[in-house]
Amino acid sequence: MHFALTDDQREIKQTARALLAERCSAARVAEHADGRGHDSQLWDELVGLGWPALGVPEEHGGLGLGVVEAMCLADELGGALASVPYLGTAAAALLIRGAGSADQKRAWLPRLANGEVLGTFGMARDGQGELVPEGTRADLIVLVEKGRAKLLTPATAKVEPVDTIDRTRRYAKVTGEGESLPDDAALPAARVSVLVAAEMVGLCQRTLDMTVAYVKDRRQFERPVGAFQAVAHRCADMLVDVEAARSLVYGAAWAADVAPGTLARSAALAMAYVGDAARRVTSSAVQAHGGIGFTWESGLHWWLRRAQLDAVLVGAPGHHRQRVADAFTGDVS
Amino acid sequence: MDLSLSEKETAFRNELLDWLAANPSGQPSGPGQDEQFEHRRAWQRRLASGGWSAVHWPVEHGGRAASLTESAIFFEEIARAGAPLPANVLGLLLAGPTLMQCGTPEQRDRFLQPIVTGDEIWCQGFSEPEAGSDLASLRTRAVLDGDTWVLNGQKLWTSYARYARWCMCLARSDTDAPKHKGLTYFLLDMKQEGVRVRPLRDITGAAHFNEVFLDNALVPRDLVLGGVGNGWRTALTTLSNERSGLAFFHQVQMRQLLDRLAAVAVARGSFADLRVKDALGELYTRVEALRLTAYRGLATIERHGQPGPESAVTKLMWSATNQQLTQLAVDVLGPDALQEGPGWGYELLRSKGNSIEGGTTEILKSTVAERVLSLPRSR
Ligand SMILES: Cc1cc2nc3c(=O)[nH]c(=O)nc-3n(C[C@H](O)[C@H](O)[C@H](O)COP(=O)(O)OP(=O)(O)OC[C@H]3O[C@@H](n4cnc5c(N)ncnc54)[C@H](O)[C@@H]3O)c2cc1C
Repeated sequence: MHFALTDDQREIKQTARALLAERCSAARVAEHADGRGHDSQLWDELVGLGWPALGVPEEHGGLGLGVVEAMCLADELGGALASVPYLGTAAAALLIRGAGSADQKRAWLPRLANGEVLGTFGMARDGQGELVPEGTRADLIVLVEKGRAKLLTPATAKVEPVDTIDRTRRYAKVTGEGESLPDDAALPAARVSVLVAAEMVGLCQRTLDMTVAYVKDRRQFERPVGAFQAVAHRCADMLVDVEAARSLVYGAAWAADVAPGTLARSAALAMAYVGDAARRVTSSAVQAHGGIGFTWESGLHWWLRRAQLDAVLVGAPGHHRQRVADAFTGDVS
Repeated sequence: MDLSLSEKETAFRNELLDWLAANPSGQPSGPGQDEQFEHRRAWQRRLASGGWSAVHWPVEHGGRAASLTESAIFFEEIARAGAPLPANVLGLLLAGPTLMQCGTPEQRDRFLQPIVTGDEIWCQGFSEPEAGSDLASLRTRAVLDGDTWVLNGQKLWTSYARYARWCMCLARSDTDAPKHKGLTYFLLDMKQEGVRVRPLRDITGAAHFNEVFLDNALVPRDLVLGGVGNGWRTALTTLSNERSGLAFFHQVQMRQLLDRLAAVAVARGSFADLRVKDALGELYTRVEALRLTAYRGLATIERHGQPGPESAVTKLMWSATNQQLTQLAVDVLGPDALQEGPGWGYELLRSKGNSIEGGTTEILKSTVAERVLSLPRSR
């Protein structure tokens, strides 16, 4: 037992962080969000570095690493709020890898890995994916409904843009017949939700860091506002949320790679907590910044907006709490 | 990243489980506190006879040099077996390790063994009527008279004082020195004329803690721990000692309470109430977050040699979650949960102390803000 990232995993995370710190400043986030554009320059660089290849098996042209490593990237990308289609592309690969036929894997995985194909995913109800990130520009869309998945392409899908408050991504409603993946997609979908949760951990950590820096700096009543207990304790509460969220997401990522028998439950636990934590932490960040936090200019709202969308992307926290309650009471009753 | 037990850890766990199966802790002979304490003392003797009393201590002092993870397994498994904490929990987790770090060879030889067996129970005499969160303002006076220190003052909230043979007693030995500098840490013999213990009933109606009156209590010079005037440093050693074992014990206990509550909720049909279901789901989530954060805390210690933010975070999570859980029981069970005596009513009341004992929630949050987040001092 050593429940922490290994040295290799830490290095992946730190390298990602350093790169994103350089390439993806808050100003750049604002530029892309304001203009509703994408950071294609950064994405090209990430493709060159093999980010979308990371979780694809070696036999299909990938690096063959696990969900824990992908989680490290999603965490840092969520923190940086980079306008790149990593999440969808990694998710599509996870779903095809886990539930696709040999032909489907051969057809899609190498091209997802080398960036030729932009992938995405969505949770569907009655055949419709209600909130598909980057759905308007993806080359390949994997919709998941009740543990079954199907592949759609722009040729076979009806894609309707949805204007959400998260302008760092273009969402869409997607319907269409598509091509079924033969195997059960419940666990692959749980792996995807781990990446979504990891993104929220990253954005929580980043808004906490920004808040701590701000309250040390901002002075009122002749002292830094962080010296007021009400403010300091708010920051401590944010930290508790971040640490609890991180623990649950690490646990789910570990299960995704090593203990599939507990994955469904671990993923539900993570999603049940992290969505609400992200809502609380980003709201607290705005509060601790005062009027500045409410301005367009400060940019804090980009993280808050993303948190709101991520928290419902694969089902709202309440939905996952019900799943958790069902799973655990199944054991005791 | 690895959340599974290694071969060695699994072997440790299996050996422990075999031992626990052959040595059930049994039940106290009666509902009273004295009976419960004697039960825990007998339990500790049994643990000690099997070599399971101080698993995280070095072998030379009667432990098994268990790793942090093995120690966590120990606390999880005794809780899971429904066994209580050993009677001398403060000796095992606080006094013993402080003696190992700050004590003289003679002190270690004298005190460690009876801590392991439970023959000598320890209590912690830090808090006073005028010194709680602001511990360093304590007033109990210690004056050296020849080779003997003479102590006068009052300690408050002292858990286990009634049963204790020894007390980790912090007192002011120099009134001229600055607040934190004038303190000395004494190993105080509780069985003497100058020490009077009065049980203090707590919110539950039982007397978990006591008042301790020191009226010319005597401590021989060689029972100063860590040096005269060095009491604050020694006290911090005690307070910063690895207490994560408790987090693992509590985490399992909460899970058991929660399972009981969920089973009743299902049996009575209240599980169909979405608010109840949602609240149960949230509690399972919080208990699991606590468990995993405690494990991350162990990894931090293994990596950096000292506890990270996780230890304060788990204490904050535990106290809040236990209070939330015992309150939910009232919503699920209705007035049945509010009966006097052992059961949910007791748990509800007892949980109110969780955010006070071992440092209040407010103090812990300030500590986290200052030490972990490096915010400016706020008190
Ligand atoms: C069940 C139980 C067992 C205990 N066992 C022991 C024991 O064995 N040995 C021992 O020495 N002590 C023991 N204690 C005492 C415990 O450590 C103290 O109660 C605790 O440190 C708080 O001190 P206090 O009671 O004087 O409260 P106070 O310090 O007077 O606090 C009162 C309130 O003010 C708040 N407060 C105080 N200072 C600040 C500040 N700077 N900023 C913000 N808020 C502040 C507190 O959080 C609290 O809400 C025990 C307590 C309990 C409940």
